[in-house]
Amino acid sequence: MNEKYRVSSSPHIRDKIKSSNIMLMVVIGLLPATVFGIWNFRHENAWILVVVTTAAAVLSEYIYEKLMHKPITINDFSAVVTGLLLALNLPPTLPWWMGVLGSVFAIVVVKQLFGGLGQNFMNPALAARCFLLICFTGQMTSFVYDGVTGPTPLADLKAGEAVNTMDMLIGNIRGTIGETSVIAIMIGAMFLILMGVIDLTIPASYLISFVVFIVIFGGHGLDPQYITAHLCGGGLMLGAWFMATDYVTSPITTKGRILYGVCMGLLTGLFRLFGGSAEGVSYAIIISNLLVPLIEKITLPKPFGKGGER
Amino acid sequence: MNKCTERIYNGLVKENPTFVLMLGMCPTLAVTTSAINGIGMGLSTTAVLIMSNMLISMLRKIIPDSVRMPAFIVVVASFVTIVDFLLEGFVPSLYDSLGLYIPLIVVNCIILGRAESYASKNPVLPSIFDGVGMGLGFTVGLTSIGIVRELIGAGQIFGIQVMPDSYVPLTIFVLAPGAFFVLAALVALQNKIKRAAAKKGKEVPAAADCGAGCAACGNRGACGGHMTVSQSGNNNRG
Repeated sequence: MNEKYRVSSSPHIRDKIKSSNIMLMVVIGLLPATVFGIWNFRHENAWILVVVTTAAAVLSEYIYEKLMHKPITINDFSAVVTGLLLALNLPPTLPWWMGVLGSVFAIVVVKQLFGGLGQNFMNPALAARCFLLICFTGQMTSFVYDGVTGPTPLADLKAGEAVNTMDMLIGNIRGTIGETSVIAIMIGAMFLILMGVIDLTIPASYLISFVVFIVIFGGHGLDPQYITAHLCGGGLMLGAWFMATDYVTSPITTKGRILYGVCMGLLTGLFRLFGGSAEGVSYAIIISNLLVPLIEKITLPKPFGKGGER
Repeated sequence: MNKCTERIYNGLVKENPTFVLMLGMCPTLAVTTSAINGIGMGLSTTAVLIMSNMLISMLRKIIPDSVRMPAFIVVVASFVTIVDFLLEGFVPSLYDSLGLYIPLIVVNCIILGRAESYASKNPVLPSIFDGVGMGLGFTVGLTSIGIVRELIGAGQIFGIQVMPDSYVPLTIFVLAPGAFFVLAALVALQNKIKRAAAKKGKEVPAAADCGAGCAACGNRGACGGHMTVSQSGNNNRG
């Protein structure tokens, strides 16, 4: 009887995938949009803001964990994802120190103070974007392209002016660094879907409910030009594919994910059509993030044999 | 330390209403957009608190137990009305910026809390000093929150520019979210200081003091919520 029983607690089945693999794949998925953004805003030197913001996110995670005597987790790339996402959500002309401030807020206040990766109650990058938007409204809403300041296509759309949908698809328009090119974002999103990192439920229910809202309340009915412009404008695509799908701040069950997507779609439509500013994706997503615990509660699957008719 | 100075120390440090008891959060978060608003609100509350503590302590043997709450409210409301008129008459600018929060002092839980838990059970003089201590503690809390918010959110303290002109104010700090950030940060800071003091053996709240249980106790931050018989305080949970 030399054989010994190995006794261990669950989980017994493990996968090779780790947080760092997933985060690395998200970084790769973001690369097309990043590269396009840096090229698109080359006259505004957008690369400086991207590099500084990402570096500040990683550095503030390292410094915080060092000071608090916690295990250093910068190798899991989650801080890189947060910093990069934040940078893609900033206008290219933003002073670099504001990007740094946003990164510190995202990592220290939103992520680490609530317990680090997996514990944050809302998307850190979006929370930091909203923080900066409230702090520095002027700088955060001034969009420059090729040295000319002007409104984003979405603002034009809200003002009732004609917009070039083709430009919005390709991305040579005004906007934040990473949001302009729908094609670049979709290339990255396709990669993530093929690798199995994100699934279609959340983006699909988000975009479909948003389109339904726009059709009903937009005042243009089923006008495909108008709907396409709304879909390609602003941060909707970046938000739907990369930020709404954040594992930590999205529900687990399929039913919950659909509900969460519908929430975001309706809120985005509401903010865009009836709100004061032209864009509302970031607020819609973080408000829905806050609703996730409630969504999880009502969509909790019943164990076999429980429930049924009362 | 005699009873009166002990009351003031208790209100300012040990049971500071803002940072330890977490009472009166509504005015704390709403009016502290600048240091002057904080100090104005704090002093108005202090005035009401001293007067109401005094009167309620005087009347403590007359007020029947079953109607004590309405009686307290009437006393507090009278003094709040006086303060309201005085502020409107003599400092109209402060009156305008505090707005609705002056009449709302009536339902400030610090005032009713002190009337219920201290003034209605103790003689007049300690009750007055309890009001002074609690009021000053509230004033210090509000003013420090106001100073931090005004400094970061507008680059000023008491309306005087202290930051260089190149400083870009973080507007969020004078808006509602800033109140939560600053309050949380200051509470964390004072817990850190208190814990460091407790580790050195100073100011250790003995468990025997917690007669009412941890949930009702203002010092649970310092003692870590332990209901133990240990008097040494060495069981502080880090």
